Amino acid sequence: MLRIEYAYWLIAAFLLYTAWRNAREREMSRAAFWAVLGLLFAGGDAVLAAQKAGNTLPAQLAGSAVIVLALLAPRLRRRAHPETASASDRLASALRLGHKLFVPALLIPLVTLLVALFGAHLVLGGHALFAKPQMTLTGLALACVVALTAAARVARAPLHQGLSEGRRLLDAIGWAALLPLLLAALGEVFTQSGVGAAIASLAETILPEGNAFMCLLVFSLGMVLFTVIMGNAFAAFPVMMAGIGLPLLVQRYGANPAVLGSMGMLCGYCGTLLTPMAADYNLVPAALLELRNPYGVIRAQAWSAFAIFVATFITMWLLVFR
Amino acid sequence: MNYWPLLGVAVIVIGFVLRFNAVLVVVGAALLSGLLAGLHLGDLLALLGKSFVSARMLLLFVLTLPAIGLLEHAGLREHAQQWMGRLRGMTLARLLIGYLLVRELLAMVGLTGVAGHPQTVRPLLAPMGEAAAEKILPELTEHDREEVRAVAAATDNIGRFFGEDVFIALGAVLLIQGFYAQHGIDLTPLSIALWALPTAIAAFVIQSVRIWLFQRRLQRRAQSSQPVREA
Repeated sequence: MLRIEYAYWLIAAFLLYTAWRNAREREMSRAAFWAVLGLLFAGGDAVLAAQKAGNTLPAQLAGSAVIVLALLAPRLRRRAHPETASASDRLASALRLGHKLFVPALLIPLVTLLVALFGAHLVLGGHALFAKPQMTLTGLALACVVALTAAARVARAPLHQGLSEGRRLLDAIGWAALLPLLLAALGEVFTQSGVGAAIASLAETILPEGNAFMCLLVFSLGMVLFTVIMGNAFAAFPVMMAGIGLPLLVQRYGANPAVLGSMGMLCGYCGTLLTPMAADYNLVPAALLELRNPYGVIRAQAWSAFAIFVATFITMWLLVFR
Repeated sequence: MNYWPLLGVAVIVIGFVLRFNAVLVVVGAALLSGLLAGLHLGDLLALLGKSFVSARMLLLFVLTLPAIGLLEHAGLREHAQQWMGRLRGMTLARLLIGYLLVRELLAMVGLTGVAGHPQTVRPLLAPMGEAAAEKILPELTEHDREEVRAVAAATDNIGRFFGEDVFIALGAVLLIQGFYAQHGIDLTPLSIALWALPTAIAAFVIQSVRIWLFQRRLQRRAQSSQPVREA
């Protein structure tokens, strides 16, 4: 049975390979960074299992490893490795291989799609082939392996060349790859430290009184602002709903809860487009696309976010009090 | 109410504005907030470690890198550009708006994982977009190329975000339903998802218009740099 844990082990192996290649090139900070991260991925399940059984020591070690990563990160300058093939070589290869090059690239979405749609029905020897939790992501991991094999066949290159090219891209992305995980952890720590509750209680002190329109505006802007701070509309939603949405808009002014919930959440999504805290959508792509400005993606979508917010707010105002 | 943990938020804002190393800023903010909330250091470390490894799925995209890297080595981006150049009638706006439509429709039926920045934007959409922009303005600067890539990434984000909320079995709708259920208001997921449709349509129209304006800006520059030769 294929489980998501296997994907984590694959990632760990790839990270350790990247560390080893860097160590051979005497890039010691870089090597240490990827090695520590690789160990965190390899040992992650053991950490969670021990935590469940009441032993927090492995989790504390993992937390210390995260701090080590943070101390190593500033020593990693973003450095683009030179391309391994010259532009003319790549062009010649492109002309020779043609549309065949698209096949492995399209296999990634295609295999993921097939697993997402039909994975639940695949049975091998009486056992389900894919474990239920995170089936789409397990499918994505499988798709990557399939695509790598196909790419090696199409390009008539050995598999380890793929690892070597992948490592080149990973080094180019550098520490930005880590941000989504760290921000998820930060969200947990914020919740446990009562940051959300403190903001909610601050928001209550500036509650708008008496005017349904102003109240709706504060609610919507609050969703945007809180999402910008936390990087995630899901974190903002319960806070704004408990503070303003439910007691004032729904219970006092009679707002339609379905409209308020749905469109309030979408206001938060506009905030997601604006914040570096949503690193996996905004900062990682900027690194992946080799933009010089790390905020380039945010800049490209800021006006869209603003216009979508205005459109959503007006629609909500027209519909919510009917 | 203990307001001191809010200093963690301040660290984030200041750190990002001054562009300190983001990894260091985030970890520093987490430690500061936790300690100011009175968490024991051991508990804080355990919390940090546990939440970090619980979020491992967010690094899954690195598994796409070997296949994408190998294909790029074999000329994938060059081929995408060449092909784009040969496709008559395929303009920058049509390419990006078409992608936006497909991405949003896929997200609406819950298939958010099939496309994305590493899988589709970097190897396919971005180089094809650059080639399409080159058809309009042959002397494209490096700055223009970066802008095309950034717009491609923004298009992917917008299609995904505003399609996803229409799907009934995904996080957002279930979170909204769960919140109301806890407070004694029972709603069906469908009644919530339906109200995401107006914004889904608005987002598509708005981003399409912005893509079209971006293309027109390139066309204007092409016209002003090339005086009319015919006649």
